Amino acid sequence: MGRIAETFERLRSEKKAAFIAYIMAGDPDRITSQAIFDGLPAAGADIIELGLPFTDPVADGEAVQMAGLRALKSGQTLRATLEMVADFRARDTTTPVLLMGYFNPLFSYGVERFVADAANAGVDGLIIVDLPPEEDDDLCQPARAAGIDFIRLVPPTTDGTRLARVAPDAGGFIYYVSVTGTTGAAAAVPEEVAPRIEEIRKVTGLPVVVGFGIKTAAAAAKMAAVADGVAVGSAIVSKIAENGPIENALEFIGELSAGAHSART
Amino acid sequence: MPAETGINSYVNGPDENGRFGGFGGRYVPEALMPLTLDLEAEYRRAKADPAFWAEMDDLWTHYVGRRSPLYFAERLTERLGGAKVYFKRDELNHTGAHKINNVLGQVLVARRMGKTRIVAETGAGQHGVATATACAKFGLKCVVYMGAHDVERQAPNVFRMKLLGAEVVPVTSGRGTLKDAMNEAMRDWVSNVHDTYFLIGTAAGAHPYPQMVRDFQSIIGKETRAQMLEAEGRLPDMLVAAIGGGSNAIGLFHPFLDDTEVAIVGVEAGGKGLQNKTGHCASISGGRPGVLHGNKTYLLQDDDGQILEGFSISAGLDYPGIGPEHAWLHETGRVDYVAITDKEALAAFQLCCETEGIIPALEPAHALAHVTKIAPRLPAGHIICMNMCGRGDKDIFTAARALGVDMGGMQQRAASQ
Repeated sequence: MGRIAETFERLRSEKKAAFIAYIMAGDPDRITSQAIFDGLPAAGADIIELGLPFTDPVADGEAVQMAGLRALKSGQTLRATLEMVADFRARDTTTPVLLMGYFNPLFSYGVERFVADAANAGVDGLIIVDLPPEEDDDLCQPARAAGIDFIRLVPPTTDGTRLARVAPDAGGFIYYVSVTGTTGAAAAVPEEVAPRIEEIRKVTGLPVVVGFGIKTAAAAAKMAAVADGVAVGSAIVSKIAENGPIENALEFIGELSAGAHSART
Repeated sequence: MPAETGINSYVNGPDENGRFGGFGGRYVPEALMPLTLDLEAEYRRAKADPAFWAEMDDLWTHYVGRRSPLYFAERLTERLGGAKVYFKRDELNHTGAHKINNVLGQVLVARRMGKTRIVAETGAGQHGVATATACAKFGLKCVVYMGAHDVERQAPNVFRMKLLGAEVVPVTSGRGTLKDAMNEAMRDWVSNVHDTYFLIGTAAGAHPYPQMVRDFQSIIGKETRAQMLEAEGRLPDMLVAAIGGGSNAIGLFHPFLDDTEVAIVGVEAGGKGLQNKTGHCASISGGRPGVLHGNKTYLLQDDDGQILEGFSISAGLDYPGIGPEHAWLHETGRVDYVAITDKEALAAFQLCCETEGIIPALEPAHALAHVTKIAPRLPAGHIICMNMCGRGDKDIFTAARALGVDMGGMQQRAASQ
């Protein structure tokens, strides 16, 4: 069993939903970003999503766009991000790490080389926004062969037919996008999300995580009551953008985590 | 080789997955997949529906002013002293460029899909103006995303779009050019898929856009083929067209792809020269394959796969990618792709004004510059047909600046609109 499955199993036995924290690799610079990354498990993150900066993030709202541009400006590269994961893994062998981003930097790096280097660095899963199941040959299949989960985003526009196409080859968990739009968009409504999660559970045994549009501990708590996990990204990168001491960001992540963990106890 | 004969044909693409060889595809967020598949199905139905094409023909004839003339550029031919040069006059279309051919087709498809709101990206503003025009004609809500930098340098087109009832949204993310406008239009589409249709202006994007845009623009090549047979009793020896995303070029080229005796040349924007990594927009001559905006194709990118901003005097060629069918035609060797610098394009721009009384857009001025290079070396019986895909009214301020002419007050008045 991989780290992702182990994490959900442990949390299930503790009657807790998973809290998933997103940060942009290299934002605002590699050293600060590594320090925040390393501090995430202690702050309460059960799973870590590390954003891969890209010049043209078409599915991201302003907060994540700006974070990516800051990272690129500081010189972040895909190789540097993989080194950050390897550094983290030297200290933490249990917290799952996912890379989230767009395909072109991975394609440019070379898929075969990327998959091997990511597996060696200790990457557990990939969320690649612009690779739908129709393009599985490019990365999904090579990644899966290397033991890396390919995590699917399921937006509200996905109907039953489409769900049947998306769910079967999904790995790790299903990432339900709670609002139609880009990351950090309008606030998600738990009453609308709950029935969609039930629908997804009918076609997959994987845990269902809710993300996009969750900004506060209270919102995380409400969403955690209906899902197996809650992901927060834009609100965290906005906090990091304030450029305060990293403790401020980690404290905020702690609050979000406490919210998510409080839901079922 | 006759057209549509099967496996050895160049005109059968894309395959069912939207691939032209290894290029194309559907690299979009899952949120856009259902709509992309719906669009593909609706376009397939429309394409097989004679009523759809009857409406297109009616619009092309009475609204656009097709067919556009095929014109023998006699004085230019004499000046160059070699091959015989023809222009396909798509700059005479309503709105002044080839863009309207495609826009009307897509608006009809959007209407069939029940969409009431159209979003579009624009660089120079020509596609934005064409989209705003068609939306005004059909009473559709129109939102055009335009880089803030382009809004500034293309003030007359911004005003035109507003006159036509479109909302123009300046995009400040990135460097504020066409690529960023494309990103923002896609974000709008992701957020409003239920009622919104994304009207792409070039033969790029996720399947079926490259195919659909090509099919609508192929009216250019079909007419050229018939007109050339009428004028000369034979096909041309060579076709030349400018390429940004490549819609006017694929429109001219496609009906000739299986006529392998016809040489075909695509002209990319060489800007300040290909040796300058961010000084040009020549995706094929100076880029490599990658994935952006829904398709796998040749892109300008750095060593880490980050997309580079291109540069060209022509805002319409200022895009870091190229349509996937061109990427494939390049790899198969069927079409030659060359680059022309800003300086060469400007010289051709002036030559065309002086010898033919036609002010070309800076985009076809690139194609013409290549013609001026090769025509003198070719025999008198050799026929070159170049696509004059847009008129230069929009470019006079840019050209004046580049030629060192001070239009001061005039330009300010235009900018303050």
